[in-house]
Amino acid sequence: MSIRDKLSALLGFDIDFDAPVPPRKTETAAEQTPDEWRFSRRIMRAGGRRLGAIYKILGVICSVVLMSTLLLTVAGMPRYGVDQEYMDTVTYEYISHGMEYTGAVNIVSGIILEYRAFDTLGESFVLFCAVSCVLALLRADGADSEPERVEYRDISCDPILRRTMRAVVPIVLLYGAYVLLFGHLSPGGGFSGGAVIGAALIMIASAYGEDVSGRILTERVFKTVTTCALSFYCLGKSYTFYTGANGLHSVIGNGTPGNILSAGLIMPLNVAVGMVVACTIYGMYRMIGQRRF
Amino acid sequence: MENLFRNYEEAVALILFSIGFMTLLFHKNLLRKLIGMNIMDSGVYLFLASMGYIYGRRAPIVENGDLSAERYINPVPASLVLTGIVVSVSVTAVMLSLSIRLYERYHTLDLDVIYAAARSRREHR
Repeated sequence: MSIRDKLSALLGFDIDFDAPVPPRKTETAAEQTPDEWRFSRRIMRAGGRRLGAIYKILGVICSVVLMSTLLLTVAGMPRYGVDQEYMDTVTYEYISHGMEYTGAVNIVSGIILEYRAFDTLGESFVLFCAVSCVLALLRADGADSEPERVEYRDISCDPILRRTMRAVVPIVLLYGAYVLLFGHLSPGGGFSGGAVIGAALIMIASAYGEDVSGRILTERVFKTVTTCALSFYCLGKSYTFYTGANGLHSVIGNGTPGNILSAGLIMPLNVAVGMVVACTIYGMYRMIGQRRF
Repeated sequence: MENLFRNYEEAVALILFSIGFMTLLFHKNLLRKLIGMNIMDSGVYLFLASMGYIYGRRAPIVENGDLSAERYINPVPASLVLTGIVVSVSVTAVMLSLSIRLYERYHTLDLDVIYAAARSRREHR
């Protein structure tokens, strides 16, 4: 019994694998006849006017109710900027023992990459999924449906822009690297540093045009870097979670708080997250702005 | 009522949220809807950030080994805002690419026209 027979028995009808795939319909709204357009417009107008009025009234009521409820809630909240009672034991724990347990001087960094490391991994995967969605939606699917190029003013030959970028981009890249590497010591971290580096890549791409921007980050590099960074995050965090939960000795010490090589895995993890974010932002720019990687 | 003025930062955050919500409801252009959603997101960030602030205290970065909780603001909202920002960026990107797809199919960003075109196509099938 072949796989095909089994599948057919399972599904209850015969499958013809060799049947030709029906050609995809590539009809657009512009190709519809004007009659159809007028017809549908008339339907819209007849039913739409009354519906539109009801919609607007309901929308205004809805917004007013929402806004007044929210403002009433604010009026009932504890006073802004005064020592609040919701500053509970968790917060005290984070501040008074956070540096000792995580080794990070920046307490927020310690929270997001040690106490809530799982959450941060989820965020990285959200970004990864989003860029995958963008790729799947916007990729030109086959030679027959090459997306029509939207005409936009090409600013990449502008000499003023190029000069400025030549001066600015190294500083921005350096700043991004600083924010990444000192995420556990000063304000910053993986997401903000990655966003700065991604912005620098976008600057280069917009100043130097198609031929250069295609070479900065090819799809292959993008895939490799993102996958490696996410796998490193998973493996490193699994190790520290495992040793921490079972009371085992971890080879990754916390070091002296305040040193650049301290705080266990926080600095490498910041770099990994930053790589993912930079690649994601640049990939989104390329796909949404220029429709190709 | 005076408490509302004392909590002015939260109030402004929620007004921003409502502005974004109304933009989402009343505009027909997809890009404007997207901008409205981003305004809503900004309201939420401002709200969270202002929830953590306490007068006269500093950002939660340990200075000179001083670990008393009375010196620093609440670090928890700051780490929650991060999640919000990441999700908002992802949602914006996906919505943008969906809008691009819709524009390519219907050559417009007006939702009413898109509905009309889709409906007439269904009727004529």
